[in-house]
Amino acid sequence: MSIFDGLKFRKVNSLIHNLDPRIKFVYVIGVFIAALLFLQIIPLLALFVIQLPFVFLARVQQQWLRSLRGAAFLAAFIFLINIATNFFGGGYTLTPSNIEGAAAMTLRFVVLVESFSVFFLTTSPDHLGLALEQSRVPYEFAFAFTAAVRFVPVLAEEAQTIMDAQKARGLELEKGNLLKRIRNYIPILIPLIVSAIRRSLELAEAMESRAWGACKKRTNLYSLQLHKGDYALIGITATILVSAIYAYFFVSIPTIVNLLS
Amino acid sequence: MIEVEGIYYSYPSKVEALRGVSLNIKDGEFVAIMGQNGAGKSTLVKHFNGLLKPSVGTVTVDGIKTVKSSVATLARNVGFVFQNPDHQLFSETVEEEIGFALKNFGFDVKVIEERITWSLELLSLSQYRKTSPFLLSGGERKRVALASVLACDPKMLVLDEPTIGQDYEQKEKLRQFIMQLQSQGKTVIAVTHDVEFVAECNPRVVLMKEGKIVADGQGHQILTDPAMLEAASIVLPQIAQVFTKLSALGLSKDIINIDEAKRVLLKAMEKHKR
Amino acid sequence: MALIETKGLTYTYPGTSKPSIHDVSIKIEKGEFVLITGPSGCGKTTLCRCFNGLVPHFYQGEIKGEITVAGINTLDQHTYEIAKHVGLVFQNPENQLFALSIEKDVAFGLENMGTAREEMRKKVDWALHQTGIYDIRERSPHEISGGQQQRVAIASVLAMEPEIIVLDEPTSFLDPLSAEKIFDVIYKLNKEQGITVVLVEHRLDLTAKYTNHLIVMDQGTVRLEGDPRDILSNEETRRIGVGIPKATLLYQMLKKENCNLGNKTPLGSEELADQILEELKGD
Repeated sequence: MSIFDGLKFRKVNSLIHNLDPRIKFVYVIGVFIAALLFLQIIPLLALFVIQLPFVFLARVQQQWLRSLRGAAFLAAFIFLINIATNFFGGGYTLTPSNIEGAAAMTLRFVVLVESFSVFFLTTSPDHLGLALEQSRVPYEFAFAFTAAVRFVPVLAEEAQTIMDAQKARGLELEKGNLLKRIRNYIPILIPLIVSAIRRSLELAEAMESRAWGACKKRTNLYSLQLHKGDYALIGITATILVSAIYAYFFVSIPTIVNLLS
Repeated sequence: MIEVEGIYYSYPSKVEALRGVSLNIKDGEFVAIMGQNGAGKSTLVKHFNGLLKPSVGTVTVDGIKTVKSSVATLARNVGFVFQNPDHQLFSETVEEEIGFALKNFGFDVKVIEERITWSLELLSLSQYRKTSPFLLSGGERKRVALASVLACDPKMLVLDEPTIGQDYEQKEKLRQFIMQLQSQGKTVIAVTHDVEFVAECNPRVVLMKEGKIVADGQGHQILTDPAMLEAASIVLPQIAQVFTKLSALGLSKDIINIDEAKRVLLKAMEKHKR
Repeated sequence: MALIETKGLTYTYPGTSKPSIHDVSIKIEKGEFVLITGPSGCGKTTLCRCFNGLVPHFYQGEIKGEITVAGINTLDQHTYEIAKHVGLVFQNPENQLFALSIEKDVAFGLENMGTAREEMRKKVDWALHQTGIYDIRERSPHEISGGQQQRVAIASVLAMEPEIIVLDEPTSFLDPLSAEKIFDVIYKLNKEQGITVVLVEHRLDLTAKYTNHLIVMDQGTVRLEGDPRDILSNEETRRIGVGIPKATLLYQMLKKENCNLGNKTPLGSEELADQILEELKGD
């Protein structure tokens, strides 16, 4: 259940939350590209630090730390694989720059996780749906997206009720060998599917009754408009990208090993 | 016998659904648990068959502490019929649907066969034995769900909102059916906000509000107390509404039954004529 | 001309052989508060679906007879055209809300119709105020109760400014107090905005007092129709299996014992209480 609780979004007001999701997405892509340009620790560290103000302005530190912790396992894995390939591929020796390279790889991954998590932690699904509606994506897709977000928690709750109902009739999900265990889920899945179908029919009825498809050009209650903050973010993104590209071509970036020796 | 002692329960989402509930239900009692949506009614009854275990306090069913027991064991004694039959029907035929719980509880084939026949007759579903439950009407599906639980012959039966979406005659049949179970000495616990239905049955009423029990007594005592019901967001049954409005006449107040209402009013009118 | 009129309406769902409604001829006038009742499976829901064209356009199947709603022949108009005149509210509030905020849901129909933003804003706010949910307009559907959800569903058809609102057992999942609030909202729309209401219910205890036109259906046909006071005192109604309100029933029982309570069959507890007080304070 707890994974679904995360989808029960709430409106939060902060400078970052109120930014246009489309611009935020451009920013994420910007950071993504910049991170791909470098394999040195110093610029990646800079990219990491640049994003911290966003986290604090949006007051999502806790959730953000949680998502980083979630990525920690994968990060450790990337680090070890890099070390291992260097070690076994490089004649069973490890140089300090090998280690630095592996660390940089890992840091690049962390930067990517960081930027995506800032995006998703600060963009409510309805904002995202709105962005979809107002981009060139066909409305049906935007509708499918918001409806999915709307009904995932409902279905999760329903699945819980069905499980309770079958347990109350003596079903033991954890009993038996693997095959038996899979079969144990049939009494859960069938009612879930049947009621999902019923539900979708009712939804279709309700949509029809509210003039679905009445005119080709739908209007929208809200409009996304760019504010000062959005322009500032465009500026920041452009600056990051331009400096990254400049550094990539014209600056010889020192490694930590160089600096120390 | 169900003994609930000072239980608290919080959902993983940190919502505190029960805040210190104590309650004893004797064998053979008929209890209606009432209250607004979110008062904690469903949370409470899910403790009776171990679907939920209290965070604090104990629930004892027939001498067994639920914390130490599995749902599968407790469910043998406590049958639980959920509000929406579509949340449990999955078999190809009505017969298999009813046999499901029996098989889970490990009855042998011959007993299962007997019990299926018995419960189908009990709920007048015999003609649908080989039919798919999905082809039946809403009222019939509800009866199949009930039959599938009753087939195990549990000592105690929990009904979650049994009257929702039911028409007048279906409710009347349900009422008679509960009376029949009562005469067999079964405990029946109904979670409901259907005041008219409760008024007609006049069971013991346990009134809940915000995770606590705020009143416990016979239907005609609880359902005729306007202030109490208002606090728990329940409306008075219609007969009680009439008598509340007649309070100036000094008639007895705790009337929810129509025949009694008639008797009392006739008497008052006779007296008035004289 | 009647606002809704059917003549010999008969409809069979695809894949079934028995018609769900058979030879239904009714007239509903502008401004009425109509209550349709009858046992489960009597065809109430199907009739509602005819009023806004879901039958036959969405459900297909075979339809015979005539039906006009707000001057439109629903058999040859798209559902979305009829939706501008008839708002349909369903039983389960959960499955009628598909947006992520309440006001966005209320706007859904208007967005579909291509209404300009400022005008839409006005209509949405009006509908939110009428149903008493303006203050929670920015919440998400998970954060509100079933009763509030159903009011959102009503607001979302109301925003399209229909002449008729049809509600198919809108309160059967709700507790009585929330149900009463819903009925109050509907009653107010009927009285103050002159919107014609067609309400399907089998809990007459809660609803009989609002209606001035009662229709009793059974097995796909209209069995009784007219003044609720006449119909509720008709023995036939009881035989069909309609739950007569307890106050009405008590009145009948007292009348049988020759009590003098006047000749107006009460539809609710207030009316009966007044009649009894009248008699007992009488002289």
